[in-house]
Amino acid sequence: MIQEFRLPDLGENIEGGDVVQIHVGKGDKVEEEQILLEVETDKATIEVPSPFQGIVKDVHINAGQQAQVGQLILTIDSEGSSDARPAEKEESPKEKPAPEKSEPAQVESATKENKPGEAPSTAQPASPAKPSAPAAPVSDRPKMIAPASPTVRRFAREIGVDIHAVPGTGPGGRISSEDVKRYSRDLNSRRTQSSGAGVTIGQFAPPMPDFSKWGDVEKESMSNIRKSTAASMAQAWNTIPHVTQHDKADITELEKLRKSFASRAEEQGAKLTVTAILIKIAAAALKRFPNFNTSIDVGNNEIIFKKFYHIGVAVDTERGLLVPVVRNADRKNMIELAAEVGELAQKARNKKLSLEEMQGGTFTITNLGGIGGTSFTPIVNWPEVAILGVSRTQNEPTIVDDKLESRMMLPLSLSYDHRIIDGADAARFLRWICTALEQPFMIALEG
Amino acid sequence: MEKQQLVVIGGGPGGYAAAFLAADLGMSVTLIEKEENPGGVCLYRGCIPSKALLHVAKLLRETEHAENWGIHFGKPKIELDKLRDWKNSVVQKMTGGLGQLSKARKINYVQGHAKFVDAHTVTVEKSDGGEETISFENAILATGSRPATIPNLDLDSPRLMDSTAALDLENIPKTLLVVGGGYIGLELGSVYAALGTKVTVVEMLPALLPGADKDLVAVLSREIKSIMHKVYTKTKVTGMTEKKNGIEVALEGESVDKEKQTFEKVLVSIGRKPNSQNLGLEKTKVVVNQRGFVEVDVQRRTAESNIFAIGDITGDPMLAHKASHEGRVAVEVIAGHKVGFEPNAIPAVIFTDPELAWCGLTEEEAKSQGIDYEVAKFPWGASGRATTLDRSDGMTKLILEPETTRVLGVGIVGPGAGELIAEGVLAVEMAALASDVKLAIHAHPTLSETVMEAAEVFFGQSTHVYRPKKN
Repeated sequence: MIQEFRLPDLGENIEGGDVVQIHVGKGDKVEEEQILLEVETDKATIEVPSPFQGIVKDVHINAGQQAQVGQLILTIDSEGSSDARPAEKEESPKEKPAPEKSEPAQVESATKENKPGEAPSTAQPASPAKPSAPAAPVSDRPKMIAPASPTVRRFAREIGVDIHAVPGTGPGGRISSEDVKRYSRDLNSRRTQSSGAGVTIGQFAPPMPDFSKWGDVEKESMSNIRKSTAASMAQAWNTIPHVTQHDKADITELEKLRKSFASRAEEQGAKLTVTAILIKIAAAALKRFPNFNTSIDVGNNEIIFKKFYHIGVAVDTERGLLVPVVRNADRKNMIELAAEVGELAQKARNKKLSLEEMQGGTFTITNLGGIGGTSFTPIVNWPEVAILGVSRTQNEPTIVDDKLESRMMLPLSLSYDHRIIDGADAARFLRWICTALEQPFMIALEG
Repeated sequence: MEKQQLVVIGGGPGGYAAAFLAADLGMSVTLIEKEENPGGVCLYRGCIPSKALLHVAKLLRETEHAENWGIHFGKPKIELDKLRDWKNSVVQKMTGGLGQLSKARKINYVQGHAKFVDAHTVTVEKSDGGEETISFENAILATGSRPATIPNLDLDSPRLMDSTAALDLENIPKTLLVVGGGYIGLELGSVYAALGTKVTVVEMLPALLPGADKDLVAVLSREIKSIMHKVYTKTKVTGMTEKKNGIEVALEGESVDKEKQTFEKVLVSIGRKPNSQNLGLEKTKVVVNQRGFVEVDVQRRTAESNIFAIGDITGDPMLAHKASHEGRVAVEVIAGHKVGFEPNAIPAVIFTDPELAWCGLTEEEAKSQGIDYEVAKFPWGASGRATTLDRSDGMTKLILEPETTRVLGVGIVGPGAGELIAEGVLAVEMAALASDVKLAIHAHPTLSETVMEAAEVFFGQSTHVYRPKKN
C-alpha cells in the first residue's frame, strides 16, 4: 500500500521550516520511528520520525527547500518491505546517509510535551545518568554517548541541560558549548512562548511612531532576561484579574529579636533578613490558606492544589529581574532559609542560577524595602496566584495602650488572582502574616 | 576539635586525591587511614609494587630475547632480598611523599579505623591506641577493596597467597598455581615466571581476561602461554590439601592432564571484594547492595545526602584512576559545583608483556548492547617502530560509530599499550572522528603511529597496509 508522508504538526505555532537534511532516498527501507528528515524552524531543528515502515517510493522535497505542515514529503510503500535492501551499508561507511542511529526526535517531543508551567527539563528524554538510579555501574552507558568533550558535558550539567538532548552542529554531530547555549536559549524561549499561551511581547502593540522625528534615539536589542520578563509580565497581566491588598505589620519586637539573633545566624553563615523571616511565615500561611498555594487550570476547569511550598524570591540583578526558588520552605528553619536565600541571590547576581533553580515556585516574595517606597502593586508570578510585596519599614507614631509611641511599621502589599481568591480571604491571609510578624511565637504555635 | 568540613575515610588513590583537592579548595579536612601514610592498596599492595616487579620481569625477558640479535647475557643471578628491598623502597618513597603532601596541605591525618556513629560523626579507633570522635559536615567513603577468597577452599597455609602475599616475594617457588586468569593473576604470574618459577594458570571461563576483546586477548594469550608452564581455561579448582612439600590441588576441566597436582605455592586472584563492612554504615542511611557495593548517584552521593562514596567500594571497574577521578568529582559537588561522574572512557591496562589496554566501548559491549559499530585494525607487523623492537605481535584497533565515524573505543595490545591508550581516551572523550585521528600528525617512527594508521585503514588509505578495494 502506498502511504503519503506529510510534514506533521511540529508543535505549537510552528507552521513549517527549512528542510536541513533528508536522511532517506528513493528505494530505502525505513522503519517506524526512524528519523526521515530534519526541519529547522525559528525555534529549533526538529527531527521528524517516520510514522510507518516500508520502502521509500518517492521523495518530493529537497534539502534547503521550505516545507509547510501538511505538505507531501515522501511516498512510502508500506508493503514488501521485507525484500528491500536496507537503507545503508554497501558504500564506504563515511558517506552513508544517517538513518536509524540518529538520536530519537527529542527536540520534537520537548516541543510537544512542554506544557505551560512545566519545567522544560522534564520534557526532555530521560537522561541516562539520572541520579535517581543509584549505583548504575559505569559500564551501563547509554546506547549512544553524547559526542561532546568533557568540558562541554560538564557545562551542560551545570546549567541544567541534558547533553543527550542537544543537537550538535560540529562534524559527526559533535556538540560544542555554543550548541548547548543555543539549546538552552531555545528551551527558554519555548518555555516563555508556551507558558505565554500565545502571548508574546509586542503582539498587541500597534506600530511604533518614528521617534527620531522628535529627537535622537538609540536602539538596543532586548536581552533574553528582559524578553522573558516582558513576556511573562504581559501574560500575567492579561490573564489574571489582579487586586492588591495593603496592610502594615508592627515589627518593633521582631526587629529586636532579629538583631539579637543575627549574630547567631551569622555564625552559621547566614544573614537573618526580613525576607528570610517572611519566607518562613509565608510558607506557614500558605499551609493555613491552601487556596493561595494553587494554580488555575482554565483548560480543564480545575484548581491544582500544591502539596509543596516552594517560595520564589525576586532578585534585582544587573541584567534584570530573576526569581530563584527556595524549595520546601516549610521544612527549613529560618537560618537555613536565610542561608539559602543569600546563596541563591549571590548565584543570581553571578549568573550561576540554573533553569531548574528558577522553576516550580508556588508563591513569590518581592522586597523593595531596601530601596524605599510605602506600597506598590506587584504582579502575580503566573501560574502562581499570589505575590507578596514588601516596602520600606518606617517609624510611625502609633497609639499603643492609649499612649503615643514610635513603632516600626512594615508595609506589605499582597497582589492576588481574584478568580480564585476572594477579597476577604486575601485580607485574612495578609492579616495572619502581619500577626505572625508581630507575634513570632505564632509560627511555633500555628505554623 | 571543631567540626570538619570534610572527613575522608580511606587514604587510597581515591581518598587522598579527594582530601588533597578539598584542602586545596580551602576546606578543613580530616583523612582517616590505617597505614602510616596515604597510598592504599595501589601504593602499598597493588599497582606500584607490582609495576616495579613487572619492570624487572620485562628486563629479564628482554635479555633472553636479545639472543635473537646476537647479544648473550647468560643466566641472570637474582638476589631476591635486594630486589625486594628495591621494590619496598619504591613503595616507601611514594607513600612517604604522599605523607609530606598531606602535611603540607595541613590535612588532619588520623591513623586508625573509622566507624560512623551517625550521619555527622565518626569515631576513630586509633592505631596508637585511644579513640577520637570527629564530627563533620560531609564525608567521603573510600575504603576500597580486598582480595576475594574462594569459599570452602580457604586453606590456612602460608603456601596459599593472595596478591598482597605474592608481592611480598618471600621466595621464588619452584612451582606456582595462579587461580584466576584476570589481570592480577596474569601480572603476578608473569613476574614469578620471569624469576624462574614454573607457573600454571587456571581460569574458570573459556578465555583469559574476561571482559577484554577476544582479538586483543588472543595476542596476549600466545605470549602468556609461552612463558607459563600451563594455562588451563574452562577449569575449576575443586579441592586443596596441604601436603608436606606443597599444596595438592584438585582441578576439573577438559584440558587438565592430571587431576591432582602439587604446587609449592598457590596464588588466588579471583577478584576483589568491597570493604563496606564494619564501618557503622547501618547508623546512616547509606545503602549497601547485595554484592557489598555502596549505592551512589551520578554525583557519587549515597542515600545519606552528606555522605559520598568513591572508588572500589562503589563498584567496577576497580581501578585507581577511576577512584581518583570520582574523588575529585565528589569534592567538587561538596564545594557546590553541579558536576557529575560522567566519563566516556576509563582506560583499563594489563601490564603484562605485551601490555593490553582499552578504553571506551569494547566490541564485546557493542555486541551485547546491540550497538552498530565498525572496526579498523592496524597490525603492528606493518609498524616500523614495532619491527625495530622485534615486537611485531601487537595490534591497534579503533571501534567506530558507522555513521559519523566517531571513535567510540580503542583497544591496543603490544609493548607500551598502557601509555598509548592515553590518546584513545582523549579521542573518545573529545568525540574525535576517525578523520581527526587520521589527520593529526604522529611522530615517526613511533608505536603511536599505529593509532593514526588504524584510522587510515578505516578509510582504506593506510600507507603501510594495502587492502584491495571492494567493488
